[in-house]
Amino acid sequence: MSDVPGELKYLSSHEWLRVEDDGTAFAGITEHAQEAMGDLVFVEVPELKSTITVGEEIGVVESVKAASDIYAAVSGEIVAINEELEDSPEIINNDAYGDGWMFQVKLSDPSELEKLMTADQYLEQINEENE
Amino acid sequence: MGHKTALFDSHVKAGGKIVDFGGWDMPIHYGSQIEEHHAVRKHVGMFDVSHMTVVDVLGPGAREYLRRLLANDVDKLKQAGKALYTAMCQEDGGILDDLIVYRMIDGLGQDWYRLVVNCGTREKDLAWIEKQSKNFDVQIAERPQLAMIAIQGPKAIETVVRVLRKAESARVESLSQFEGQFLQKSGEWFVARTGYTGEDGLEIMLPNTDATHFWQQLLDADVIPCGLGARDTLRLEAGMNLYGSDMDESVSPAESAMNWTVVLDKEDREFIGQSALKAEKENGANRQLVGLVLEERGVLRAHQSVLVDGVMTGEVTSGTFSPTLGYSIALARVVKPVGHHCEVEIRKKRHTVKVVRPPFVRNGVKVFK
Repeated sequence: MSDVPGELKYLSSHEWLRVEDDGTAFAGITEHAQEAMGDLVFVEVPELKSTITVGEEIGVVESVKAASDIYAAVSGEIVAINEELEDSPEIINNDAYGDGWMFQVKLSDPSELEKLMTADQYLEQINEENE
Repeated sequence: MGHKTALFDSHVKAGGKIVDFGGWDMPIHYGSQIEEHHAVRKHVGMFDVSHMTVVDVLGPGAREYLRRLLANDVDKLKQAGKALYTAMCQEDGGILDDLIVYRMIDGLGQDWYRLVVNCGTREKDLAWIEKQSKNFDVQIAERPQLAMIAIQGPKAIETVVRVLRKAESARVESLSQFEGQFLQKSGEWFVARTGYTGEDGLEIMLPNTDATHFWQQLLDADVIPCGLGARDTLRLEAGMNLYGSDMDESVSPAESAMNWTVVLDKEDREFIGQSALKAEKENGANRQLVGLVLEERGVLRAHQSVLVDGVMTGEVTSGTFSPTLGYSIALARVVKPVGHHCEVEIRKKRHTVKVVRPPFVRNGVKVFK
């Protein structure tokens, strides 16, 4: 079974969000998502300093077998992107919740966090998908 | 639950991720598709291809029948054991399947043939093969009791030679490309120097009952088990067509870069589809299958639109990220003529791609210009 850390927030489209004390959050795709996609070969993340809006398509991950869009879990400004992924997308395969983070966003509306899934809710969803 | 090959339990034990493939439960990879791909390009990997359909054609009318059934000519097979790649066409020249045919010889000196056809087309093929055999003195026998293992890569032959007994090894080492041999006179083990990866290697047919043991021996000899995912990226780099993606009943061999497999000019035979293909040759086929290369970021995938001078003129039939090259390659069927560059639409954005003549990779290195 895939690892689903309890301290993170999730989207049903398999993105995770780790909220920091400074009003920013790190985002990536889940262990379950990388496992389902297989070896990743390209990652496209939003541009530094760009503004994202909750629910919009903001990037893409491509594996050998498929492409999958990345959705914004929250609105805000991109304050950091993981540049390592450009040359080494396999970092996500190896460490989806750690070194495989994709971008850091400064939240413009923290109340959006309430709409995200908890680890338990996300776990329930992927268990259902596996049935 | 789909069909299972004799090696199903071995795949599960090795951590294979099982998916449905044409009604069969097959491993897509055992952890990393890319590592499996590189294993075949650099060392040796193996694939369970037991899902493929083996059909034997026996009887005094076998040669004559196959010269009617197949677009390539089995008379090119000058000696027993030799193999030929061919299309099997319908009357209008559309491709029913692509297959390998081996010429064999029995203990009495009588010729017979073995066909290896795709698993996804099994029912259709068997019905067609049966129907077309009515006027010939032949017997058609499917051989579901055979498993098939493809061992591929620069170290494939030396590794198999190490695993087999001495007397058998000598036979394997003496095989030329596209040639096979039975290992024992009365046995079922048939070893051929063929494959679907663009590397040197062997495809071994053996009884289902021997498959697990032999697979384990190969694992013990450090052969990396590879899934259907790596099989697809390897064959695409090698510029080899996949039936159902790159060709089907709606296209001809000329539209599928398969003209080299069609023998149109023999006066002593008339194969199914011949008159349609002759007419097509006189008028010129209006589409062709070409190779595409995208050197910037992005991945070409099946069904993306291909544009020449801004006009949609065809689509990608197979596309992938090439692990050997580090960028994306594809096969695409386009209206002629197409220049040295065209565009492909990926997620509503047009990307310029280079048009090349496949293959892309052979024996571990880039070969297109």
